[in-house]
Amino acid sequence: MKLFEYEAKRIFTNYGIPIPRGELATSPEEACRIASRLNFPIAIKAQVLVSGRGKAGGILFAKCPSEVKESAARILGMNIKGLKVESVWVEEKLPVKSELFFSITIDRVKKGYIALSSSVGGIDIEEIAEKTPEKLVKFPINPKYGFRSFHARQIASKIGYTGAKQTQLASIFQSLYSIIEDLDAELVEMNPLVETTTGEFIAADARIIIDDNALFRHPEYKKRLFEAKTSEFSREELKALEKGLAYVKLEGNIGIIGNGAGLVMATLDAVQHYGGQPANFLDVGGGASAERITAALEIVASDPKVNVIFINILGGITRCDEVAKGIINAKEKVGYDKPMVIRLVGTNEEEGKRVLSEAGIHVLESMEEAAEKAVQISQRGLP
Amino acid sequence: MGIIVNRNTKVIVQGITGTQGRFHTKAMLEYGTKIVAGVTPGKGGTKIHGIPVYDTMAEAIEKHEEANASIIFVPAPFALDATLEAIESKMETIVIITEHIPIKDSIQIMHLAKENNTTIIGPNTPGIITPGECKLGIMPAHVFQQGMVGIISRSGTLTYEIANSLTQAQLGQSTCLGLGGDPIVGLNFIDVLEMFEKDPHTKAVALIGEIGGNLEELAAKYIQEVNYPKPVAAFIAGRTAPPGKRMGHAGAIVMGKAGTAQTKIEALKAAGVEIAEKPGDIAKILAQKLRT
Repeated sequence: MKLFEYEAKRIFTNYGIPIPRGELATSPEEACRIASRLNFPIAIKAQVLVSGRGKAGGILFAKCPSEVKESAARILGMNIKGLKVESVWVEEKLPVKSELFFSITIDRVKKGYIALSSSVGGIDIEEIAEKTPEKLVKFPINPKYGFRSFHARQIASKIGYTGAKQTQLASIFQSLYSIIEDLDAELVEMNPLVETTTGEFIAADARIIIDDNALFRHPEYKKRLFEAKTSEFSREELKALEKGLAYVKLEGNIGIIGNGAGLVMATLDAVQHYGGQPANFLDVGGGASAERITAALEIVASDPKVNVIFINILGGITRCDEVAKGIINAKEKVGYDKPMVIRLVGTNEEEGKRVLSEAGIHVLESMEEAAEKAVQISQRGLP
Repeated sequence: MGIIVNRNTKVIVQGITGTQGRFHTKAMLEYGTKIVAGVTPGKGGTKIHGIPVYDTMAEAIEKHEEANASIIFVPAPFALDATLEAIESKMETIVIITEHIPIKDSIQIMHLAKENNTTIIGPNTPGIITPGECKLGIMPAHVFQQGMVGIISRSGTLTYEIANSLTQAQLGQSTCLGLGGDPIVGLNFIDVLEMFEKDPHTKAVALIGEIGGNLEELAAKYIQEVNYPKPVAAFIAGRTAPPGKRMGHAGAIVMGKAGTAQTKIEALKAAGVEIAEKPGDIAKILAQKLRT
């Protein structure tokens, strides 16, 4: 779950990490009132859960109150990569001496956290990392020791800081590690961390992604995830999420439902291999109940573009009889009458097939055969 | 034979009284897996499908010293505890079926497992099966048949798909192992490739990958560097998946350019691995390689 900059900055403050003075506004007037309490120049920053807002015009600067009002009016309501801007963060613009980069995330290979840092931060950090990897410090964190003060000082030293500044930076780095641990985050980042002309270190941007699987330990954020207005997900995606389904909307006309991310992806690949266009990705996950299958069918069928639904289930922890019941329930409940191609094999396969064939639904055994058939129907209708 | 599990594997099921634990205990018993005990806190003294249930792992191993593997079905919030209990009880192999375990918990699990020389399979895995000998997982038994292809996979259901086609092609499988779908898992492709190299029953390897991470790229590098002696075929899911949401700058930097189906396929091809266009093609490729 991605947090907004303002949420992340409030967390930074709680952990003693300096941030520019600022507040959140949802209207140009409010932005103006906030600005009157701050020192100019002022930055007005769109609060959206996608990266690249700066390049999309979501960050503006103001030298006087009328410019604040104008900028806020321009940004609020703006659409950035499909997401509407509902609020802006209004803060003092920092006198920048240099921009640093510091981040902690997950390293799959080393199976632990890894700290990344550079003395040349900012929006081009990825390019810098690729072209001049020597400017990026990669520091795997050993779970046995955690991230100690001496580790933090080693990193500060590697990016060129000594003395009091090294200690100051190290303390900020360590606070970031406390955040990733306490919040079950998979990413905590400051880019840039600004060194001001007056020698202070201040986090000009803040980014936190919480591990979705750990949200049961953080109910306050879990609640926010499902509030449609502030969510990074579309309404359909949210509905799916609440039912424990992974749904991604695509552009085609073949509705896809399967179990297991790998199999669903392979199903999309197979459909495209035969010249068809998937309307969505929907993974019902492991051990799906009849209710979950019903919910999945409802979501996919609600897409007006869909003219055939391809259900590809290979039962392991998922039981074919449950899937079959879910399909029957959905047909009755939503009165769904578009064609369906069903491929069903695995645990309790016989019972599942029996239930479906009694309802007059034909079941195929090969995924490739089923994909080909779904594509044919999507293009020419039922044979 | 095969790797990690065989007819001498003696299993404890953790979370045996839950719906999934109960259902799959029955299925594993029917397959011939030697289950010696189950554990569920608060349910000690009862029996599930004739298997004695204990409150703790400590009691279970006291009564069943022969136990050397555990399989975990407990819900995600309790999985860390259950796994540490199994590690402390000196289980050699632990299969974690549970999905949605927080990454922080997995980091702790993997660290302690390494210190104790424990083999962890998963989390979020279908488990491991050596056909004809031991099924330690939730895979549907009937798609597997004793044979000569080792399968290493990041995806559960795709494994069944490919195992099924290998069975139909009369190649069968030596052992099939699901690495698990989480960002942090116990084994990676290279660990298992090393094991399959040493196993005389494994004549070829099927590698099933998907987009995200760089484990496939690392496997390709390994295959090339050691000049891997057995034929390898691979399928990568997600060629047509739309570009996913990235994990900020740091995620992109850690992985470099790796992570897409294309980078994985190119790396594997460069290492001499033949790539299957569709899951069913794995069997065709390996049948040809093994007959020539």
